[in-house]
Amino acid sequence: MIAIVNYDTGNIRSVTNALARVGCTDWVYTDDKRLLTTADKVILPGVGEASTAMAKLAERGLDTLIPTLTQPVLGICVGTQLMCQSSEEGNAECMGIFRTKVRKFQPEKQQDGQLSIVNCTLSIEKVPHMGWNQITNLRTPLFNHIDDGAYIYYVHSYYPELCDDTIATSHYINAFSGALGRDNFFGTQFHPEKSGSVGAQILKNFLEL
Amino acid sequence: MLAKRIIPCLDVKDGRTVKGINFEGLRDVGDAIALGSQYAREGADELVYLDISATREGRSTFTHLVTHIAEEIDIPFTVGGGISTLDDAARLLDAGADKVSINSAAIRNPNLIDEIASKYGSQFVVIAIDAKLIEGHWLATTHGGSRPTDKELFAWAHEAQERGAGELLFTSMNHDGTRQGYPCDTFARLAEHLHIPIIASGGAGSIDDIADVLTHGRADAALAASIFHYGEIPIPVLKQALNEKGIAVRR
Repeated sequence: MIAIVNYDTGNIRSVTNALARVGCTDWVYTDDKRLLTTADKVILPGVGEASTAMAKLAERGLDTLIPTLTQPVLGICVGTQLMCQSSEEGNAECMGIFRTKVRKFQPEKQQDGQLSIVNCTLSIEKVPHMGWNQITNLRTPLFNHIDDGAYIYYVHSYYPELCDDTIATSHYINAFSGALGRDNFFGTQFHPEKSGSVGAQILKNFLEL
Repeated sequence: MLAKRIIPCLDVKDGRTVKGINFEGLRDVGDAIALGSQYAREGADELVYLDISATREGRSTFTHLVTHIAEEIDIPFTVGGGISTLDDAARLLDAGADKVSINSAAIRNPNLIDEIASKYGSQFVVIAIDAKLIEGHWLATTHGGSRPTDKELFAWAHEAQERGAGELLFTSMNHDGTRQGYPCDTFARLAEHLHIPIIASGGAGSIDDIADVLTHGRADAALAASIFHYGEIPIPVLKQALNEKGIAVRR
């Protein structure tokens, strides 16, 4: 059984729909510590603002429970950010599972003479980083059968910095951790549940860990 | 590198795909999903489903359809058409839509943008503007371009951005349906004027038109309907051609 952490951060339908598409319908949406401890796998979804989300985890005592879990755990987007040491969003102290910090993208100023020419296109890198981008330097079985340079879907304004736990690198304004992994903990900054067949394969890989 | 997005748009009436759909057998409620799935498999980066139902019953069927789209489609999708209240947006979010596109309701009540964006985030709100060039001025219109408003395109787009819209979907009603290409200079001016992504819509007749709006027009995405529905430009062919022109696309 998969436990999806319920800490009141909104809609999990896209995650459960994606699980169903890869054949997993045995899931529970819960903040029950016993269920979270005994589930085969745990998914920490996340939508919203990091410091608020962190406070909601703490209210339920889950900020101290999650780092002690021993089964495979997958964070998604803000869920992943909460597994880092801290976030610049609301100056949140986070769980510190991954040894890195979450920073805000600094948008490139749109002024004459500062436009960068990329692929014949006058390109301004806008924030949020939204759309399909590539992952490279893939490590761990989470990325089995995924090609280096595969495209996955991002929507975010804050990013985890590169660190020893980086298991996928993406580049937007600067290089950052597209995914992180440490022991039984994994986290993607991108949305595997919205990333077509590549995302489905990543979810399948997680379920097979 | 962040890829330029290719977005097929499907019009849905009373739960059925209509207009421009020329594929054999695609007439039922389920077919809006089958067609969307096919586009997703072919490499579409996102989908837009527009509800053109005129009745309450049609709207409710559409919400039901959105639930099934969310179950089947594994790429982001936007829904639009008839969204005029925060409740409408909430209902579609609950059904599984990734974004909502609002158009004339935002002209009537600009505050709707603030309401939806502050509750659900800017990434959930696409402001759609159908504008027409009238005596040298681009004016936002309603009712399929037939009714010009007093909202000037650039000012209105900027206002919508400041109110919290996360993306702009701009259709030139002078070009829509002509297949003569997009007004690239106007798109480039919008890009200078705004910091949110811009989706170009209306006017694509060829691969070159799409390439132009993504380069000279500086658009982040191109949306089209008939060229995809009639199979004139299959998505894999389009992406291959854009790639050969040095435009970053997901393949």
